[in-house]
Amino acid sequence: MIMNILENISAFQNLIYIAASILFITGIKMLGKEDTAVKGNLLSALAMFIAVLITFLDPDVQVNPFLILAGIGVGAIVGSLIALKVKMTSIPEMVALFNGFGGLATFFIAWSEFNSVPDNTFQYVLIMLTTYIGGVTFSGSIVAYGKLSEKLKIQKTSVITKLFTTVFYVSLAFLLYTILITPFITPNFEFFTVLLILTLLGGIGFVIPIGGGDMPVVISLLNSFSGIAAAFAGLLLLNNVLIVAGSLVGASGLILTVIMAKAMNRSIGNILFVGYASSPSGSKSEETGEVKPINVSDAYLILENASSVLVIPGYGMAVAQAQHVVRELGELLVSNGTEVKYGIHPVAGRMPGHMNVLLAEANVPYDVLVEPDDVNPMMDTVDVAVVIGANDVVNPSATEEPGSPIYGMPIIEAHNAKTVFVLKRSMSSGFAGVQNPLFFKENTRMLFGDAKDSIGGLVSEFKE
Amino acid sequence: MEIYALLGFVLILSVYLGLELISKVPSTLHTPLMSGANAISGVALVGALILGGDGELQNILAFLAVTFASINVFGGYLVTNRMLKMFKKK
Repeated sequence: MIMNILENISAFQNLIYIAASILFITGIKMLGKEDTAVKGNLLSALAMFIAVLITFLDPDVQVNPFLILAGIGVGAIVGSLIALKVKMTSIPEMVALFNGFGGLATFFIAWSEFNSVPDNTFQYVLIMLTTYIGGVTFSGSIVAYGKLSEKLKIQKTSVITKLFTTVFYVSLAFLLYTILITPFITPNFEFFTVLLILTLLGGIGFVIPIGGGDMPVVISLLNSFSGIAAAFAGLLLLNNVLIVAGSLVGASGLILTVIMAKAMNRSIGNILFVGYASSPSGSKSEETGEVKPINVSDAYLILENASSVLVIPGYGMAVAQAQHVVRELGELLVSNGTEVKYGIHPVAGRMPGHMNVLLAEANVPYDVLVEPDDVNPMMDTVDVAVVIGANDVVNPSATEEPGSPIYGMPIIEAHNAKTVFVLKRSMSSGFAGVQNPLFFKENTRMLFGDAKDSIGGLVSEFKE
Repeated sequence: MEIYALLGFVLILSVYLGLELISKVPSTLHTPLMSGANAISGVALVGALILGGDGELQNILAFLAVTFASINVFGGYLVTNRMLKMFKKK
């Protein structure tokens, strides 16, 4: 009789899991459209609530319920505080941090399962894989967090970077070795401990050599990993809602990774394991011509007479926190009768969609944001292209110079506009270390200085 | 082993479904999608609840897994919501 009821509970739980899975699927689908995104996120949160609640109510749960409630309570407070307090400019590093915590949770799950002494080889292999993916997601995300928040500054060529990169390859080799010998020798705890440590160090080595401009790819990939880790944990625990939800995240992260890599015209392998070849100084095409600086009042006169303006923001806008003055300038231009659009390159900034979030925060409506494919064909009708802290994504070498490291990368062809303003602190080259011929073009004017100050200056000229 | 074949089937279908559903996302939504997906990966919380075994270490591991997964869930959903609320049409 009691067995009967328990079986029914398990059947009921599975029905609820199906409902939760459908909500997750619908939620992530709706998250992909502007009009339904808010609702999609809520649906997926509802799915999470239902799945967690029905699991918690299962009488078979062995973990002390007070421990569970305490853990959820702590997590709720810490997570909510971070989420509600964080500034929008810090979103990239915060997404990295949360992602790392998800990975860490699966790392602990796999560890705990190892201690429960699995009864077949396949389970051992699953535990090793889950441990590895979860652990690399965690320590990799923490390094990404450090790099994005600029707390961790480390050169690609430094000894520490090389050391950790080596450890990454060692950890990968050790994982393979572990999986291969598991059918013959049951791994003992000492052996597993080595894997735990190597995994965490290896994750550091995985992300540490990757430079700031390649961060959008790494963040998307780590995002995908955290989903795959959860799906593997689901296989391990025979839990289907974990598998479905984890796989969805794995897929969405993978899609973003591919979009980002395509936007740079590089393969994922090249980004992760090679990086930009530091271009030999000889190959730099001798930049002839002069840089033509311009001051704020002259720039104002040109803008005032422009009938169409394209703003092209990059990471420099985020650094200068210039998004609010940019929006103000845009509004003044519009009231002056100018058509204003914003050209957004997919890899501008440090994470997928970084510029979109910043401009949304500053109240720029998303329907005036345009993608390179849409804006390039009509670039010759643009009177002024205003490049704010962007560099590689507007570098004409990508289309004109077959020898350039960034040749073939789709760019926003700002150089085809009638006039180009480039707002820049100094003449340093972009992330890729490539000189930018745009700065030397006939129609380019350089507006040197802090982007926020320069735009602010233009705003006050307009107001006078 | 049969159960793994079945669950592997579920896994592959779900990945395929995910790829189909998300393949055409406008770039405006790249960050919210990433952050919303990130919150979903906190589903590891469900896994943390059904861990087995006794003893101090097992309890500590379960507690840590629950806590970190919860930070991921609460933080992820809240920040995604906050972000999406900022996106406005003209």
